[in-house]
Amino acid sequence: MKFTKVVSTAVPLPFEDIDTDQIIPARFLKATTREGFAENLFRDWRYTKDYTQNPDFVLNQKAYTGEILVAGRNFGCGSSREHAAWSLYDYGFKVVVSSFFADIFKGNALNNGLLPVQVSDAFLKPLLETISSRPQTHVTVDLEKQFIAFEDKEEYFDINPYKKECLLNGYDDIDYLVSIKHDIEAYEASSKII
Amino acid sequence: MGKTLFEKVWEAHVVKTLSGGQEVLYIDRHLIHEVTSPQAFSELEKRGLSLFRNEKMVATADHNVPTKNQHLPIQEELSRKQVDQLIKNCKLHGVELFGLGHPFQGIVHVIGPELGITLPGRTLVCGDSHTSTHGAFGAIAFGIGTSQVAQVMASQCLLQTRPKTMRISVNGQLRKGVGAKDIILHIISKLSASGGTGYFVEYDGSTIRALSMEGRMTLCNMSIEMGARGGMIAPDETTFEYIEGRKFAPRGKDFEKAKTYWSTLYTDEDAQFDSSYTFDSADIHPMITYGTNPGMGIPIQGEIPAIEAINNMESFSKSLKYMGFEPGEALLGKKIDYVFIGSCTNSRIEDLRMVAGYVKNKQKAPHITAIIVPGSKQVEKQAKAEGLHEILAAAGFELREPGCSACLGMNEDKVPNGAYCVSTSNRNFEGRQGPGARTLLASPLVAAITAIEGKIVDIEAHLG
Ligand code: SF4
Repeated sequence: MKFTKVVSTAVPLPFEDIDTDQIIPARFLKATTREGFAENLFRDWRYTKDYTQNPDFVLNQKAYTGEILVAGRNFGCGSSREHAAWSLYDYGFKVVVSSFFADIFKGNALNNGLLPVQVSDAFLKPLLETISSRPQTHVTVDLEKQFIAFEDKEEYFDINPYKKECLLNGYDDIDYLVSIKHDIEAYEASSKII
Repeated sequence: MGKTLFEKVWEAHVVKTLSGGQEVLYIDRHLIHEVTSPQAFSELEKRGLSLFRNEKMVATADHNVPTKNQHLPIQEELSRKQVDQLIKNCKLHGVELFGLGHPFQGIVHVIGPELGITLPGRTLVCGDSHTSTHGAFGAIAFGIGTSQVAQVMASQCLLQTRPKTMRISVNGQLRKGVGAKDIILHIISKLSASGGTGYFVEYDGSTIRALSMEGRMTLCNMSIEMGARGGMIAPDETTFEYIEGRKFAPRGKDFEKAKTYWSTLYTDEDAQFDSSYTFDSADIHPMITYGTNPGMGIPIQGEIPAIEAINNMESFSKSLKYMGFEPGEALLGKKIDYVFIGSCTNSRIEDLRMVAGYVKNKQKAPHITAIIVPGSKQVEKQAKAEGLHEILAAAGFELREPGCSACLGMNEDKVPNGAYCVSTSNRNFEGRQGPGARTLLASPLVAAITAIEGKIVDIEAHLG
């Protein structure tokens, strides 16, 4: 799961406070494996009550496709369910762009090869407008150089250097934590916490 | 310079600091449940790793379980499989499980404190965002994703970037009918659903000090609803008194020794926070939410904001359309269909006592469905010992068996499409209580009054 650069069209979702219950409703969390979550991504927005596709929802409109999802402020708020990140990734998204991410979601995304790119409101607004009105627009996200660009606009984004290394090289926290076992045992021996 | 409570506890758990500033944080207790643990167990198995400290883990089944006939096999196939998987995993890896049928079973954030697993100064995590509840004891407790559940299983540690610190002080005497739930709904309505993102909150002030442990848990529980990683309250006599004698809490000399350490866990006078807010209790009224995130709350006798007052019209309109409300409208007099009393926010014995106390010798409105789900087997047992189940039943409430229930509607306890539910839970997201369900968050007292009246009433006027 190495991540370097994505150049793709993007899907606009211009709502704020999109919570994890919308990304993947709780009733779909009964699986015991990681696979197959794409089907239920944004389930209650994608389908109407009688299980037909809701033509108003962006993922059901042919014009909008791509590996980048662009959403309003405070994306991923709510529960800690990692299923939210799995379902976005499983659906084919590699990047989520917003002007603000909820903490747990951000961590979960990074742990699953899904890159959260936090941009300024001043960048987000024209980006949403452009990809909504001209869905064929290509957006570039370069993790190595840490920038996002479309048309003549470009912005630098922040990412924790350790997490960047992990994404670029496709390794994760477990590998690291298991490698420092001796430090952890030394800590345990000295800890006075009850 | 002095240290904050958060810094004291955090720094006592740093195993190692990485060059980029990230820290390896040691985790004292790891709670797991059936929904967010199966993929973590398989991740470990895939990598050929075993549990590093299985004795520091405790498991329960709560999210998916039915709240009727828990002695029978679970009807719903996928739920049953998930619960069975938990039983299998716990057995295989030697994790203590308080599963269905066990006298300690219950919602993970209810049983941790009541069993004395949650202690001051500890770090505690769970694959569940409301782990913030445990901060009420002066612990650092926060929710994690499944990848992190696997990390803790493999190493008893997490790699963390230290959050910023926020102090929220609440002072003064609470108004009649106002409790911990109203305090936190008031705070979130002022700071918004993202106002705490990136922060760990400490609550203090005379109002907080006067709260019971259960009230403090309600408060810390909803810290995540303003985006905060967690919330905490410095331990004091109220805390120690609650802990003493609990099943897994230290006893005798050990307890005294622990207490001496716990008494050092407070924010020093000259400590600095990255951000602070102060609230006056006199400004806090019984609260209710009208929208689809917990920041969309108003005093119950107030009005939904007018459209002019709103920044993001698109989200606001979408939310009100879902709820079937108009901008500027008052909620008083709105007919309600369901009342749900439960969840890790408000399902403890004090909540049940509050509800029973109010509904005693009254009858719920005929059109209301009122369900009340205790947070744990122990709460259920206590409620029965006090005769609360009879009072509730006589008033037309159904007392169920413990679990998360209609808080997230993973089991069969769902609110029907379009119905209005006054709920003591913590999230009013679209579809949270079932597809199309419309949730209004409130305190147990507001929920009880609503059940009797069948509609939203001005509780301050009502209580006189
Ligand atoms: S009661 Fe609700 S919020 Fe609490 S742990 Fe269960 S599902 Fe989560």
